[in-house]
Amino acid sequence: MELSGFSAYLVSFLTFAGIYAVLALGLNMQWGFTGQFNIGVAGFFAVGAYTTAILTTPGSPAYLGGFGMPFLVGLGGAVITSSIIGVIIGLITARLRTDYLAIATIGIAEIIRLFLKNEDWLTNGVRGIPAVQRPFADTALDSPLTYLLVVALFVVGVYFLVERAYVSPWGRVLRAIRENEPASAAAGKDIARFRLQAFVVGSAIMGLGGGLYAHFFGFVSPEAFRPLYGTFLIWVMLIAGGSGNNRGAILGAVIVWGLWSGTEMLTGMLPSEYSTQAAALRVLLIGALLQVILVTRPEGILPEKAPRLIARRRDKQ
Amino acid sequence: MNEIVQLLIYGVVLGSILTMGAIGVSMIFGILRFAHFAHGDFMTLGAYIGLAFISAFGLSPWWALPSGMIGMAAVAVLIDKVLYQRIRRTQPVILLISSFGMALVIRAAVQLIWGSDNQSYAKGIQFPWRLDILGGLRIKPDHVWIVLIAFALVVAVHLFLTRTKMGKAMRAMSDNMDLALITGIPAERVITWTWVIGGGLAAAAGVFLGIDTRLYPVMGWTALLPVFAAAILGGIGRPYGAIAGGMVIGIAMEMSTLVIPAAYKPAVAFAIMVVMLVVRPQGLFKGTL
Repeated sequence: MELSGFSAYLVSFLTFAGIYAVLALGLNMQWGFTGQFNIGVAGFFAVGAYTTAILTTPGSPAYLGGFGMPFLVGLGGAVITSSIIGVIIGLITARLRTDYLAIATIGIAEIIRLFLKNEDWLTNGVRGIPAVQRPFADTALDSPLTYLLVVALFVVGVYFLVERAYVSPWGRVLRAIRENEPASAAAGKDIARFRLQAFVVGSAIMGLGGGLYAHFFGFVSPEAFRPLYGTFLIWVMLIAGGSGNNRGAILGAVIVWGLWSGTEMLTGMLPSEYSTQAAALRVLLIGALLQVILVTRPEGILPEKAPRLIARRRDKQ
Repeated sequence: MNEIVQLLIYGVVLGSILTMGAIGVSMIFGILRFAHFAHGDFMTLGAYIGLAFISAFGLSPWWALPSGMIGMAAVAVLIDKVLYQRIRRTQPVILLISSFGMALVIRAAVQLIWGSDNQSYAKGIQFPWRLDILGGLRIKPDHVWIVLIAFALVVAVHLFLTRTKMGKAMRAMSDNMDLALITGIPAERVITWTWVIGGGLAAAAGVFLGIDTRLYPVMGWTALLPVFAAAILGGIGRPYGAIAGGMVIGIAMEMSTLVIPAAYKPAVAFAIMVVMLVVRPQGLFKGTL
């Protein structure tokens, strides 16, 4: 099935928005629920993408693997490796205040990028890993539209998981820690442990997003995981959509990705000698947008609402 | 032996530069209670403001330092008045997000105005002095000036903090915010001065970086991690600790090239920071954790 023109663009747009929605949901688990400030999203994103790329590509002497594994094994690996990174960072920072977590995560993201760039034996360095296949490759089902459906499936799946986590007693503890740490500690909750759990689950979801990205884009290289694309856009999505609100995270991903792609179309009309300036102008606009949101509507488009608690719903029956 | 001393010299130069950034980060954290993520890009912008000034008036490269510092101090105060002040009433962590956004905005603006190519203050190669002790050390005159001027600036900050009324008010706010406000310290004026000093020192760090190597839009962003590491190592909120932290991080980063590839220099700063966060999170000089 070949798509043409606008519909092909729309499919690609929605797939990207879906992948960003997964990443934003992961960030929402960390920041929106628990108040953990992770500005190293790009690091977890990159680890997920590279893991699945190494696991699923056919063998190559240029980098470790590939192992030619199936799609789902690649995604599983992506989730596992990013969780491991999450455990390490979480263990170091779970007891510290959130500013330190921010600094530590930005450090780990930069070091992961340095590592991916310099360790040729593992990642093929700056040349990146090409030819990451979509699932159902070489079958009749293989098309951009099928992959959009796969991504949509994952978005829905992750959404239900995090939404369930949000209303659960576990999610309630996370929000309690976010709102009032001493009170939650006084209520006998092990703050460091809950924080670590939320951080690892969030990291795992980001790794999944990275895996989905690798199979969609077909090519991973360190440049794709610079702080701008890998971290900043996702933060703007979550803040714009409404941090703490899972539907807000998805809505924010679609809207901000729309704005970001829209400005690309606008600056694409400029003559090509201005292309670097045009890219800078787009960043300037999206950065200004973030500041306007923070000043005028910090709760986002869909503010967080107190959930209907599961226990209360059962009482009514 | 020769190589080690040579790296030690480079380390002291880098340490001086990092100190300039770390003092600002530390003071901003002490008084405004947030990690200022745009500080690296303050360094970049300060360096470029200096470049714009000297190329507009055809002056010698050293004029970049005072002009960059004054220009950046003004921009820092402006950013605070236009943006941070409005957000300050909510939680400090929102300021953190805002400053992270500001970092990208500043970098994009620098790219937009000056382009993304490498630039330098002075054309041509500077010949280093050769010292015949320890088998021929090479010292660039620029490096000597960087260390001397950085030292002078540190002394100036020290005198400001200990001898002037504003400096004392600043230390008071950093030590105990509530007590300071009760005694009638003008909070807004103290905050303005914090930005003047933070922005000015960031520009000094940027200009030094530009003199040492080149100017490019991500120069400050890549220095941000070592600057934070220096501030944490010294005890965040402690300007004096920042000096020790800057030197340790700078020397460790340069020395590390003996054993690991130079590309991993920022990772060394990060590793020291992580060890510090685990072992002694309050820093060498007990910061306001």
